[in-house]
Amino acid sequence: MNLTLFVWRQKGPGAQGGLEEYQAKDISPDMSFLEMLDVVNEDLIKDGKNPIAFDHDCREGICGMCSQVVNGVPHGPRERTTICQLHMRHFRDGDALYIEPWRARAFPVIKDLIVDRTSLDRIIQSGGYMSVHTGGVPDANAVLIPKHDADTAMDAAECIGCGACVAACPNGSAMLFAAAKVAHLAQLPQGRAEAAQRVCVMTEAMLKEGFGNCSNHYECQAVCPKGIKVKFIAKLNREFLKAELRSCGTPEAGTPSRD
Amino acid sequence: MHFLKSTVGRKLVMAVSGTVLLVFVVVHLLGNTTIYSGPDGINAYARALRSLGPLLWAFRLILVAMFILHVFYGIQLTLENRAAKPEAYAVRKHIESTFSSITMIWTGLLIGAFIVYHLLHFTFQVTNPGISASRHPDALGRPDVFTMVLLSFRKFFVSLIYVGALGALGLHLLHSIEGSFQTVGLNSDRTFPVIRKGGRLAALLIYFGYISIPIVILAGILG
Ligand code: HEM
Ligand code: FES
Repeated sequence: MNLTLFVWRQKGPGAQGGLEEYQAKDISPDMSFLEMLDVVNEDLIKDGKNPIAFDHDCREGICGMCSQVVNGVPHGPRERTTICQLHMRHFRDGDALYIEPWRARAFPVIKDLIVDRTSLDRIIQSGGYMSVHTGGVPDANAVLIPKHDADTAMDAAECIGCGACVAACPNGSAMLFAAAKVAHLAQLPQGRAEAAQRVCVMTEAMLKEGFGNCSNHYECQAVCPKGIKVKFIAKLNREFLKAELRSCGTPEAGTPSRD
Repeated sequence: MHFLKSTVGRKLVMAVSGTVLLVFVVVHLLGNTTIYSGPDGINAYARALRSLGPLLWAFRLILVAMFILHVFYGIQLTLENRAAKPEAYAVRKHIESTFSSITMIWTGLLIGAFIVYHLLHFTFQVTNPGISASRHPDALGRPDVFTMVLLSFRKFFVSLIYVGALGALGLHLLHSIEGSFQTVGLNSDRTFPVIRKGGRLAALLIYFGYISIPIVILAGILG
């Protein structure tokens, strides 16, 4: 296959960027999208040009590093598929592809298609964990968890933190991400203890990092490679209401306890 | 206050104030349909409303408060959301968002402008004093709302403003009835399809309910 690519090139943070045209020639339909870019990059290197910088790690759809918007859709046109797991057979010979980085104030571009997503890490650090005692390893399944709760928690826990939800959201909101974490932990008995503080500090951290607010557009759900649903945002909203009833935001409730 | 700084807290204020306004919109529509029983319907209804006295003012005050909260946070959240997405994509594809969901601020502001006109028109009756209901009582001494509405909507341009502005309201509700359920946390796998369909159906019913009045009058069916 032969394709025309329009790729966002940007030298560094804050630099002026722009779309540049490249030809991807003799691409096998069995290649992944990133392998296609590898081929283009090899040509660029042979010509003594700067290769296109893009994020990736596992290339098997589980690490959440790859982050490209293809023709206006984060992770490209296939549902529930990361860009590293997207194969070229889903495109047609002669297609023109616009490849851009995640765009949001909270995700500044580092270079070309690579953005800084540490803002998501800081949301996690603010409260996206449950405290455990150190010591001997507890028995597996010592705490009974109803099957439905375990399944629901697992659905939310599928989030790989790639940030596609933010990239797709017209408001640059990280609500689906925060909701997946809040819902995952609040669904489990071990996570209930800190549930109230967690929802308060994580939503607060989200705004502090420069993400927007949710307007119920649901673009996030449409592009999530792990199929995280917006029902978890509804759950986050419920958790927030419950937390407010216990005076969320008071100094004691605002800081998750560490012991 | 913490609640009013939080992203979810402010959305909850939007949802609750919006829902109170929605309840008013529905009650107002039901009240308006009394016009179909002729002067005895709507003129009696108007007098009954006025006889509520201080209670009517209490309702009005609540509505004004909800309106101010709703508009204030609507504008504030929209500005924040725009700032959080400073750069646009060269190519953008909307998958789930709809025309109504991305135009909320514009349909909202249109509703706001319309409410000002509507109050001047039918409540304070300053736009066309010649047909003011309070100055032209009917044979029973009631404000002749029926004639006022009839003469107003016979003017094509006035009807056009109402049908257009109510279109903005319809679009606003097309997204927001469903959205407010999500915001207050009532969405689940089971309820979502029902809420989506029900919300859109309700928005359409409200829209067609309202515009039926100017249309029926313009078409010469009523009056
Ligand atoms: C000047 C008038 C208005 C403005 C500027 C306005 C603005 C907005 C905006 C921007 C939103 C979206 C907020 C967000 O999702 O971030 C919204 C939501 C909403 N509006 Fe309005 N609006 C106005 C009037 C009304 C009226 C008259 C009603 C009721 C009939 C109404 C009902 C709602 C509801 C129910 C929501 C949903 C809240 C949610 O999604 O949780 N609005 N409004
Ligand atoms: S590279 Fe790991 S998910 Fe795509």
